[in-house]
Amino acid sequence: MPETPPRPLDLSFTQRFRFHGGLHLEVCQEVAAAHPIRPAGIPPQLVLPLAQHIGEPARCLVAVGDPVRRGQCLAEAAGMVSAPVHAPTSGTVVAIEPRPVPHPSGLPSTCIVIDTDGRDTALPAAPATDYTQSDPAELLEQVRAAGIVGLGGAGFPTALKLEHRQPIELLLINGAECEPCIACDDGLMRERPHEVIEGVRMLRHIVQAAACVIAVEDNMPEAEQALRQALVELHEHDIQVVNVPAVYPTGGERQLIKVLTDREVPSQGFPADIGIIVQNVGTAAAAFAAVSRAQPLTSRIVTVAGDGVREACNLEVRIGTPVRHLIAAAGGYGSRIERLLIGGPMMGFTVDSDSVPVIKTTNCILAVTAQSMPAPPPAQPCIRCGKCTEVCPANLLPQQLYWFARAASHDAAQDFGLFDCIECGCCAHVCPSHIPLVQYYRHAKTAIWTQEKQKRASDIARARHEARLARLERIKRERAEQLARKKRALADKEAGDNARKSAIQAALERVQKKKEQAGTRPRNIDNLTAEQRRQIEEVDRRRVNRSSPQDPE
Amino acid sequence: MLSALLALGILAMVIGLILGYAAIRFHVDSDPVVDQVDALLPQTQCGQCGFAGCRPYAEAIAAGAADINQCPPGGEVTIQNLANLLGVDAKPLNPEHGAHQEKTVVVIDEQTCIGCTLCIQACPVDAILGAPKHMHTVIQSECTGCNLCIPPCPVECIHIVPVQTTLRDWSWPLPAEADHA
Amino acid sequence: MEFQRFSSPHLPAEHDINLMMRRVLLALLPGVACMTWLFGWGVLVNLALAGGSALLAEAGMLGVRGRPVAPTLQDGSALLTGVLLALAIPPLAPWWIAVTGSAFAIVIAKQLYGGLGYNPFNPAMVGYVVVLVSFPLELTLWPQAWHAPDLATTLSMVFAGKPPAGMAIDAITMATPMDSLRMQIGLGKSLPQLAGNSLFGYLGGTGWEWLNGCYLLGGLWLLRVRVIQWHIPVAMLGALALLAGGFHLLDPARYASPLFHLLTSATMLGAFFIATDPVTACTTPRGRLWYGAGIGILVWIIRTWGGYPDGVAFAVLLMNLSAPTIDYYTRPRVFGHRPGSAE
Repeated sequence: MPETPPRPLDLSFTQRFRFHGGLHLEVCQEVAAAHPIRPAGIPPQLVLPLAQHIGEPARCLVAVGDPVRRGQCLAEAAGMVSAPVHAPTSGTVVAIEPRPVPHPSGLPSTCIVIDTDGRDTALPAAPATDYTQSDPAELLEQVRAAGIVGLGGAGFPTALKLEHRQPIELLLINGAECEPCIACDDGLMRERPHEVIEGVRMLRHIVQAAACVIAVEDNMPEAEQALRQALVELHEHDIQVVNVPAVYPTGGERQLIKVLTDREVPSQGFPADIGIIVQNVGTAAAAFAAVSRAQPLTSRIVTVAGDGVREACNLEVRIGTPVRHLIAAAGGYGSRIERLLIGGPMMGFTVDSDSVPVIKTTNCILAVTAQSMPAPPPAQPCIRCGKCTEVCPANLLPQQLYWFARAASHDAAQDFGLFDCIECGCCAHVCPSHIPLVQYYRHAKTAIWTQEKQKRASDIARARHEARLARLERIKRERAEQLARKKRALADKEAGDNARKSAIQAALERVQKKKEQAGTRPRNIDNLTAEQRRQIEEVDRRRVNRSSPQDPE
Repeated sequence: MLSALLALGILAMVIGLILGYAAIRFHVDSDPVVDQVDALLPQTQCGQCGFAGCRPYAEAIAAGAADINQCPPGGEVTIQNLANLLGVDAKPLNPEHGAHQEKTVVVIDEQTCIGCTLCIQACPVDAILGAPKHMHTVIQSECTGCNLCIPPCPVECIHIVPVQTTLRDWSWPLPAEADHA
Repeated sequence: MEFQRFSSPHLPAEHDINLMMRRVLLALLPGVACMTWLFGWGVLVNLALAGGSALLAEAGMLGVRGRPVAPTLQDGSALLTGVLLALAIPPLAPWWIAVTGSAFAIVIAKQLYGGLGYNPFNPAMVGYVVVLVSFPLELTLWPQAWHAPDLATTLSMVFAGKPPAGMAIDAITMATPMDSLRMQIGLGKSLPQLAGNSLFGYLGGTGWEWLNGCYLLGGLWLLRVRVIQWHIPVAMLGALALLAGGFHLLDPARYASPLFHLLTSATMLGAFFIATDPVTACTTPRGRLWYGAGIGILVWIIRTWGGYPDGVAFAVLLMNLSAPTIDYYTRPRVFGHRPGSAE
């Protein structure tokens, strides 16, 4: 947390501040947004991963064979940092199994697979809500239940982001689509500005922000114009549309905040810590649809571009549509494709098959040929030229991070700010030795996380082992004590027996002695009858027999 | 001659006293070496190092009775960390103690298990759940892969399986750079 | 359909090492042309010798180390080292000076440290310093500007080690203006007395100001095409000018003017081509300013009070030593961190 209070906001937003570095990128000028957004149509099969957001994967609620309708909740959020998944159209669940998903690893993940029936039957319409009459907490619940996540690419559950305890000075809506080729936000702002503005208003109502601006890059004049027009038509005077220089990566949350407010989000903190919340324009529109039309997140705008498709365009796509269906909707492959990218050319990742589905965070598909993106030449040694340092928007020393990552010096890498790297790719783009710098940083970050996980696991294993040793010790001790107790008990018993025996013996001896001392005859043997005399003689005979040593027992 | 001896002798005594005082006065409390070494070991408790667990091995290292390259599950990383901690040179893993392998866990084949509890008694971290004449099962998240349960099992129903990488714990590989160095 | 996997970013890169090295060689051409005009064929002979031995030495070492030879030679760094060395040594020096210096630079100062990108010291300067210290006499064989001997004499000097019959060495070679200046000042002459001497020309000593001007032009072009950054040249020239200017104002009779320092000997070559060698310089922007300033100051000190005529080589090597420390203390503040804290 910063110790000094943040700079006061200049609400006129006339000044633009600069962040260190950045690049002017001028590619992909055949802007997809030049054409109106078209629907991509419903494919025969939809594949819905349970993990389309940051946090825990959703928990599946349906079973194989269940019929589903559009808008039905198929998987519920698993915990706080999670989001539900809804059916984008009607059909039947045919499988819940691992399928290839859009992820750089190429590993599969559990997905709900739906065969669509083409009828697109929806759930019965829920009552629409007028957000101006609703309590912000209720609205948050609706946004949460609709599965809205950050559509700018990160996929953080929106409701969680909007929940905050700090007072919010500024709601900043991010329409600064800085990565080249991506045009989905551009298209949204041009064609549905009212949705965007209403969504922004609603978000502001939820977070109770003092000020609100929508940031648009200065190379998107049509979008800016459309938004301004919509503001006039909706009689909205309290939201501003501002433009920001088209420098990559101005669209990054932290960089955008710096450009407009000169405030820096603290390294391990969030924008809310400095009184600002940033939301993507697409998220705002989706949140509005969720509340006003009770429409969960089931479709989004995706740009299909690259010199490998016939027509670059913006498509309205149902979540779960396979990428090959989108390519077909964009006119199909025009030439041999070298790479299929999910995302933009700077931060996107390649996938090895076009059967992967579109998920909530997919903003762009690029099919490119080897002409426009040739295979990178082999990396040469780093010559310490410092170009990477010139362009890093986080003001890091990428060169040093490269040396440390390569040598697995994790502590040094963290000391030099490895986790402040936003992986924008500016450094690798300017490197004259063609070193894949971002991959080194990603490797180092994941290696550090793996190590921390292993450390936690080994701490638990040590604790379990020590607990087990303690348990065995305790059992041994208890057994030893028990044995000792038994032995004592046995010894006591013997002692007790002996004591009894000697007491009996002593009594007998006493009696014997007394008798000898008294020396008397029995007094009642005069005047005996014959019978009595016979009994006495019998008893005397018996006594003589018994006086021979025998064990009384 | 005598004065020189005297002077040096007194000097040595004075400096010795200062050093002794400093050693006590400025002593830094740190974890005993054994704890520090133990913190670096992977806690597999497998015994491949020749000692009855990670703690005895740590004690042996601290006492100088064992070398730092005897832990196969720790591999090179552990050897390097131990070398850094103790200020000695890192050396390759001693092949007498085994080779470094990727982490594995074990699984009990429930069709074959007879409920004899021999594996439960062998597991150093109590990762097997079960009771006499009841089904035994391995708690996968706690299994360290030490494989000590496999020899005692009379019906050989315990099998080693590799740990599956999921999306959550996948890590980026190091780039295959054509190194010109 | 199946596709290949690549790592982001995916746009083709803007810069390339091979291109950068070629541009540096290109930027040296005005200087080379001027130097040949001033000092004759010896310059070209040296370039050939030093460049050739550098490439051979690099190829040999790469073979010994089991590295790919052709791709590495193509990056132009070995050739550049040889060329810079050739421009530093006198045009009439014997052939084995160029070869030894070049081979030492590549084998010891570059390849034994690990090749391109791993050497802590500037290889060309290491090579130059080694021959300077080992063969001080041969390193004074500069011809007089615009009066360089013809090709036959040059070849004789370079390959036979002596002038053709009938000529005396002293008739052909002489010390550089810098060297002469120091010697004369050491003998007690003052600058105004020396100013009239034709040796010292207008600004930096006859001929040398033209040479430095050409190097300056080349350097400015490199700045424009962004092969080098402004920090090191500006800091070095600025510090040198300030220090020289300060002392010159104090005692104009004993200390040469800043303009003389800037336009003589290897100042411009050093500022734009030698000190800016990225591998051995500092990497942080602020660090580069300190690094350049350090070189400028050391150059002036060595020239004024040191034992060798030109201080650029030693200054660069001394600052190479300090570069990691300077880098450590000039780390920029990371975005989102508080100022003053390195973490």
